Amino acid sequence: MGVVTTKPACLPLDVGRIRHDFPILSAQVHGHPLVYLDNAATSQKPSVVLDALHAYYTQSNSNINRGVHALGERATEAYAKARDVVQLFLNAQSVGEIVFTRGTTEAINLVAQAYGASHLKVGDRVLISQMEHHSNIVPWQMVCQQTGAGLDVIPVSDDGELMMGRFESQLTDRTKIVAIAHISNAIGTVNPVSKIIQAAHANGAVVLLDAAQSISHMAIDVQSLDCDFLAFSGHKTYGPTGIGVLYGKAALLADMTPYQGGGGMIRSVGFDQTTYRDPPDRFEAGTPNIAGAIGLAAAIGYMNQVGLPRISAYEADLLDYALQGLESVEKLRLIGRASNRAASVSFVIDGIHPHDIGTILDDEGVAIRAGHHCAQPLMSRLGIPATARASIAMYNTKHEVDALVRAIQRAIEVFGV
Amino acid sequence: MTDLAELYQDIILDHSKQPRNFGELSEANRHADGYNPLCGDHIEVWIRIDDDHVGKVHFSGSACAICTASASMMSQALQGKSHEESGVLFEQMRQMLAGTGDGDIDQSGLGKLAALGGVRRYPMRVKCATLPWHTFKAALDENTGQPVTTEQ
Repeated sequence: MGVVTTKPACLPLDVGRIRHDFPILSAQVHGHPLVYLDNAATSQKPSVVLDALHAYYTQSNSNINRGVHALGERATEAYAKARDVVQLFLNAQSVGEIVFTRGTTEAINLVAQAYGASHLKVGDRVLISQMEHHSNIVPWQMVCQQTGAGLDVIPVSDDGELMMGRFESQLTDRTKIVAIAHISNAIGTVNPVSKIIQAAHANGAVVLLDAAQSISHMAIDVQSLDCDFLAFSGHKTYGPTGIGVLYGKAALLADMTPYQGGGGMIRSVGFDQTTYRDPPDRFEAGTPNIAGAIGLAAAIGYMNQVGLPRISAYEADLLDYALQGLESVEKLRLIGRASNRAASVSFVIDGIHPHDIGTILDDEGVAIRAGHHCAQPLMSRLGIPATARASIAMYNTKHEVDALVRAIQRAIEVFGV
Repeated sequence: MTDLAELYQDIILDHSKQPRNFGELSEANRHADGYNPLCGDHIEVWIRIDDDHVGKVHFSGSACAICTASASMMSQALQGKSHEESGVLFEQMRQMLAGTGDGDIDQSGLGKLAALGGVRRYPMRVKCATLPWHTFKAALDENTGQPVTTEQ
């Protein structure tokens, strides 16, 4: 019997060591140390990811699945290995369930077109929520227009939670697809996705989980969640931009038409008849983002090494600290007060537009996001045009939260509100 | 003056907090909508034109301090200008706000509007300042088939 080594979950995350792994975090902005709190938009990249990209381009760069030369073999193997890493990371049943995409947006569009367009018909319903990112709204509107299906929207409460009572009544046997954010990008609400998936399945609907905001903050097991599709982006998970993942249950993917046509996705091409390869290749027409997949695998390796349970615990602690700090600012109003929430905090200050907050914070080296967060329907529901949002990653510190609060106080001084 | 202090000068903050000529103009005979789709800002501009002269300019909407101050100061500066003079001022403002160097920008004749020049150091904010002017121009030229947008 081999020796089993496990990382004790009780050892807290060593943030000093982690920060050392992210070169950009030592940057100065406007004469101040960078305080990067825009992680919900994109996260920074550790050296292992940058090194993996560099190593690929300096030692293995080649196209995959075609050249018989050494580099072609290396690139093909590295790309295949990246898919294995994602499979293990999500605990997917098979590697064929992992499709590489450009990101979450492309993954959702892929499902909308390759599954939705052929499975929806007039009278069918697609159920989304009022807190979705535009990328989990517009693809469904498009496929509804094409097929004559209709869109239903789960409403959101004043606290920024899904109104589950309404969800239950909106879910009918006409509902064919439920597409829902795991965590709201705009206000940090963690949605009760297990409950939603179970209820949807009981009604015969398939569920797509938009995991863009959750994948780097909590351990996700697609088999225990039992979601049918799951989408996430590499660049929000400490990996490169331009790479993302669609997980789909093998039986569903096997039944889906191609998303795009081209090289790499065909078995044979003739002018009379073309046959397609099995998933996942069927959905990856053209030369894929090989370097991106390799970089993403390195990022996942990094997260695994730190350990997602440890990341979750650290971020939850920092969230409490940030909420305390922000609530101490008299003029500040938190937007979204879900009981189950992630380390992403939206706020407004009466008399200062979020963009002006963003500019003044930037002058202090503090990077946050200001705007509608690609969630205009949610902003309308909450009766605000925009918010300022500070979103936390595993490398942020209490010291940085203090800098955020100080910078907000400066904004209040500048505006004299 | 630091860049930030130049951006948020007293006159800018004053106009953003107490915007002049704010609200719909009932006697208007020109109107346009302007959007910045990147941030969701939306303003409306109303103009009363009489005999080729800008009688009054009003605006409304929800926008940041830079956009609101720019719209407010614009509404004052354009009052009484001829169509042609308005076009000249629009072009001067466009050059000042979107320009890159201090040297080649003619700020004479801009008066108080020169205070908006601090936005040049903030490329992400330039569109906040230009949105009201583009919206005004669209209303003036009756080019209102499509709302004005900062992104084409």
